[in-house]
Amino acid sequence: MKIMTCPVNGPRNISEFQWLGPVHDASDATDANLVDRLFFAPNPMGVLREWWRHTPSNTVFIAERDLRSDEILRTYLKGSDANTPESHA
Amino acid sequence: MSNRLGHGWGSRIDRNAAIGFTFEGRPVPAHPGDTIASALAAKGEWVLSRSFKYHRPRGILTMAGQDANTLVQIGDEPNVRADLREVADGMVVTPLNVSGSLRRDRGRIIDHLGRFLPVGFYYRSFFGPGRTSWLKLWEPVIRASAGLGTVSLNPAPRRYLKETRHCDVLVVGAGPAGLAAAIAAAAAGAQVILVEKEPELGGALTYARFGVETADAARQLDELRGKAAASGIAVLSGATCNGHFADNWLPVLQGDRLIRIRAAELVLATGAHEQPLIFRNNDLPGVMLSSAAQRLMRHYGVRPGRRAVVYAGDRDGYLAALDLDDAGVRIAAVIDPEAEDRDGLAPELAQRGIPVMRGCAIRQARGGLHLKAVEVQDRQGGRTRLDCDLLVMAGGYTPGYQLALHAGARLSSDDGGTRFSLTDMPAHVHLAGAAAGLSDLAAVIESGRIAGLRAAAGLGLAPAQDLPAPEQTGWRRPAPSPAHPKGRDFVDFDEDLQVKDIENAIADGYRELELVKRYSTVGMGPSQGRHSALATARIVARKTARSLAEVGITTARPPFGPERLGLLADTTPERHRRTPLHAAHLAAGARMTPAGAWWRPLVYPGADAPEDAIRREIRMVREAVGMLDVSTLGKLEIRGPDAGAFLDRIYTMAHAGQPMGRVRYCLALNEMGSILDDGVAFRLSDEHFYVTATTGAVDRLFAEMMLQKTIMGARVDIQNVTAAFGAMNLTGPRAREVLERLPGSIDFGREGFAFLDGREGELAGCPVRVMRIGFTGELSYEIHLPQSHAAGLWAALLEAGADLGLRPYGLEASRILRLEKGHIIIGQDTDALSTPDELGMGWALSRKKPFYIGKAAVERRRALGDKRRLCGFALPDEGNAAGVGESALVLQDGKPVGHVTSFGYSPTLGRWIGLAHVAPEQAEPGSRITLRGFSGTEVEAPVVALPFHDKDNARQEM
Repeated sequence: MKIMTCPVNGPRNISEFQWLGPVHDASDATDANLVDRLFFAPNPMGVLREWWRHTPSNTVFIAERDLRSDEILRTYLKGSDANTPESHA
Repeated sequence: MSNRLGHGWGSRIDRNAAIGFTFEGRPVPAHPGDTIASALAAKGEWVLSRSFKYHRPRGILTMAGQDANTLVQIGDEPNVRADLREVADGMVVTPLNVSGSLRRDRGRIIDHLGRFLPVGFYYRSFFGPGRTSWLKLWEPVIRASAGLGTVSLNPAPRRYLKETRHCDVLVVGAGPAGLAAAIAAAAAGAQVILVEKEPELGGALTYARFGVETADAARQLDELRGKAAASGIAVLSGATCNGHFADNWLPVLQGDRLIRIRAAELVLATGAHEQPLIFRNNDLPGVMLSSAAQRLMRHYGVRPGRRAVVYAGDRDGYLAALDLDDAGVRIAAVIDPEAEDRDGLAPELAQRGIPVMRGCAIRQARGGLHLKAVEVQDRQGGRTRLDCDLLVMAGGYTPGYQLALHAGARLSSDDGGTRFSLTDMPAHVHLAGAAAGLSDLAAVIESGRIAGLRAAAGLGLAPAQDLPAPEQTGWRRPAPSPAHPKGRDFVDFDEDLQVKDIENAIADGYRELELVKRYSTVGMGPSQGRHSALATARIVARKTARSLAEVGITTARPPFGPERLGLLADTTPERHRRTPLHAAHLAAGARMTPAGAWWRPLVYPGADAPEDAIRREIRMVREAVGMLDVSTLGKLEIRGPDAGAFLDRIYTMAHAGQPMGRVRYCLALNEMGSILDDGVAFRLSDEHFYVTATTGAVDRLFAEMMLQKTIMGARVDIQNVTAAFGAMNLTGPRAREVLERLPGSIDFGREGFAFLDGREGELAGCPVRVMRIGFTGELSYEIHLPQSHAAGLWAALLEAGADLGLRPYGLEASRILRLEKGHIIIGQDTDALSTPDELGMGWALSRKKPFYIGKAAVERRRALGDKRRLCGFALPDEGNAAGVGESALVLQDGKPVGHVTSFGYSPTLGRWIGLAHVAPEQAEPGSRITLRGFSGTEVEAPVVALPFHDKDNARQEM
């Protein structure tokens, strides 16, 4: 079983987490590209930012995952600077 | 005539004690520590089974539980590996796949019909005659002739345990490399678990020979075992690590126990699998791997034969010959495919008088139930017959690659095409010993030590220095695999596949290894390609003129070995939730039903038949007053300065401007504009809403709310208080009367507490939130209160209303009551594509709000026009109802355009009524729709305006 690091609770089994979909940039989340957003899920050869939730503690956060290797590169709370050490997974 | 060797052999048996078992009814003596196969071999019984397809006699091949030859039945336990299972005194063992007796199996006739059963024959035969011939004719025949064990349908109950363990370093395999790795990691301070499938530690050191002298290996074994015992390593022996899952999560099977281990660092010292040779009759009992012969002698003190031929495809063949010579087995010849001595062992053999035949290959074996002779062919084509009862094969190895491949490593082959090696090991996984291609004992131990240090470095317990691993030495000679003109040269013993079967699969057009595997089933048997994968890849490479590297290799997936279903079964009982009123329902004689995760009362039948009781409950609500337990409703507290704005984002109606003390319908859409959930929001104060959600959707809705809160950065607190509150709906024309009889702080008068009002206060001593809402369309009060008070208020209400006819009613009556009012149930009358417009709920969409989730999509879908609509229908008479029910099709010009979503008999109307998705043009009241009942008959039904009952909704506002 995979391990994911909750920014609040640390490394936990992936069965404690819920996937909530890709992170859309504000500029991306417009009505003009509604159809793309709904029906063409991002699937880059690289890193995707996704919303996840640690269900027992109800913590919603962002994870960066490399879709080529399924490796979770880091996790952090929205608004916290992704480059500060404490927000690294 | 016993094959038991003298003292000095047989490290695992206790010669001082005698036990026994029966095999096919014959008594077999054994010593404690013997396996079924070793005891049979000691008695001189070599045939253990009949093969899967041709019913050929089969015996010991690996002595390591890696082949299907040794599968037997013990009592009601099928498919036991006889070379692994220790003898228990008195056990009753029977062979599998035998018609008659093992020695005189009637199924052996199939061996002579083999040419009529070419590869892929099951795909090409067995289709006729007729469509059902596979199920009716062929499958039973094939099952009877190729079946494995017999499963008992009444097994004795058995307990299986699961546990989870964590460690710094997990070492799989306790041979010299694994022991060295565990010792090195433990010495660096790591907490180590060592898993070994054999009952004792030491791996090849317990049976193999590493040189002319054996004292050094014995000393190494003692030293490694001593250090391991002193270093605090947790040892799991007799345990199989059966797979590798993400982030070093590994299941270990130990008897009736499943141990799930999470390891920070993993060392795979999984050893190597010795490979059989391919020649005609290579499956005869008496033909075995060199490691199997050594295990028989060293572990069990069993002489594997009296006169042996040894095929030395590598150095281990020579060393096995020395062991056999030591045990007093006469050696007819050592066959070396090379022209010169590359191992430096020739002088020792010459000194012992063991003849060596160089530059030779084995052409075929001869014998009936056991090996009688071997025919050897030299490079000039000259043939020599050697009489023998044992052929020992040292044909090279493949690394124990399975767990490494599960972890994401790659199996590649060198360009010489002689062997496979593992590359691209993932992070936190380290390879050691024979699995890394090493065979020299000193190099194996050193590679283990380095793997242990690397694991420690990964933990930060040792400096992350550059640690050069010993060079791979590997196994040098490609084993020849020419097809014998008469066949019976087996590539895969489990599936009885010969060289020509693989060649014919290629000739039939399946050039790629994956396709060859699927067509021929090579590698799909119990040994999972451990002995056939390399040989098959070589044949495919040869026949398609490609290199082994180009052909590639089929991958390995968990599980590594067989596992009992009992270990996998989830033993936790089904989890149901109970409302705080559960005990009261049982006391009232309710028939309970599971609804989602909850137990709910379906009906309170009393002395009546359930159908009659349901109609009675409906009449009670319409004519007097009833009460329903709605504690299963999802309940959310939304608090904070942005509470109103937040609900405006989640729901389609306007909540920011909702007055305090008012209750408003809530409809949530997803981004696609489809209906997600509905409920009501009761505004308790400026910054506080109490929101209900449907029972099944509340968890999903709550998660969506948390996400939206995070995205918009809303200053709002969301609590899921579903379990904290009990709730009951008091409904019916006399509901107000009941409430006014109870003491409390709330004015239930018509003027003071109007429809869609909400009040907080005290009722019969309980703190309550009361909303004038209901599903039934009658005067209704929904009372929410802390769950600890729920049973008390329930009882107080029933007592207060007893003379007015107040009784509880169940879920089925509730479904009909709401159907009479045309109220939808999310998830039953809607699906993933349902829009509010389709349901006639366009009124719930705010036109003023600039944004709510799904607004853009629902508006665009409205512009595209409806594809279907939900409408009400009524069946003209009761007789027509029989064939119609929920999910019956709605037809238009004979084609399905929708289906019935809700259906039931309305005692209020005296008719069968329902809701159905229909084509938009059919949805107008007065038009007629055609329904196809389950028996196939078509029924016409008029479309009826909703609601069916109380058209102007006057009753709920009474």
